Amino acid sequence: MHWNSFAEFLAMGNHGLYVWGSVVVMAVLMLAEPMLLMRGRKTLVARLKRQLRAEQAETLANRSASRQSRRNTPQE
Amino acid sequence: MTDRVINWFKYASPQTFYPLAGKLIPWFWALAALFGIAGLVIGFLIAPTDAQQGEGYRIIFLHVPASWMSMFLYLVMAFWAGIGLAFNIRLSGMMASALAPTGALFAFLSLWTGALWGKPMWGTWWVWDARLTSELILLFLYIGFIALQAAIDDPRRADKAGAILALVGVVNIPIIYFSVKWWNTLHQGASVSLTKAPSMAAMMLWGMLLCALGCWMYSIAVGLMRVRAIMLERERHTDWVRELLAGKE
Repeated sequence: MHWNSFAEFLAMGNHGLYVWGSVVVMAVLMLAEPMLLMRGRKTLVARLKRQLRAEQAETLANRSASRQSRRNTPQE
Repeated sequence: MTDRVINWFKYASPQTFYPLAGKLIPWFWALAALFGIAGLVIGFLIAPTDAQQGEGYRIIFLHVPASWMSMFLYLVMAFWAGIGLAFNIRLSGMMASALAPTGALFAFLSLWTGALWGKPMWGTWWVWDARLTSELILLFLYIGFIALQAAIDDPRRADKAGAILALVGVVNIPIIYFSVKWWNTLHQGASVSLTKAPSMAAMMLWGMLLCALGCWMYSIAVGLMRVRAIMLERERHTDWVRELLAGKE
């Protein structure tokens, strides 16, 4: 272990602000990126599912509508 | 023997790559944590004080890996973009798009940690010197690539336009790398190079290399996460994505 005390570790030989300023920003951004990706994935999957359901409902509706119209057309 | 050779082309299709990437992501996260923690413990708790720069030099354990990653990710991104342009493979364009934000992140971190290192050592946050300016251009290239792709609705055309920008921008990478040799810059020369023995203590070198490895694993994990999202979005009208979505409740 290089340090004699925790205070010395924090001080970084009077360069604490610069060293910890680098560490904190890098840590925050490198945690934020995967977290945003996970959240983005959740909303994307939900949106795609919604679109898929809407599409399926539409094809079903179209199919029954065309069946209906065929039934309503008077037979010769 | 031939029947045991893995068919790598199989993995070029999003349908087979998607589940494979999903299985690999946790492993790369584990490796990223392992290498990152080991590198930071060595760098911040064990490595000795630098004779010239005191304790402030410890920014090197963040700055150098971030800078290396920003340059290397650009090369990988341009490689995939070029492959996509030449062979028209769907997956390559997606890979290039997936790497750009992470590359931009590392370019920003390189500049940020560099500014915080420059202030105590050079007395200034920023100078318009060759190394710093070319790294700033790298950040702008990443942002330009992302903005250009975002501005074009058709993903195939977006891939092509982005690929040309990415390939032209490759010329900047050797400029960044050799800038400290070609010009008289404020930025110090390379501490580690491929041609000669590193000019630093063994513990410092180990800390830096482990942190760099951690950043590599991080980039792969995040890149795979992003490429999976891009795949779902772009392939949403294909059967395999529909089946996947229908099966997930």
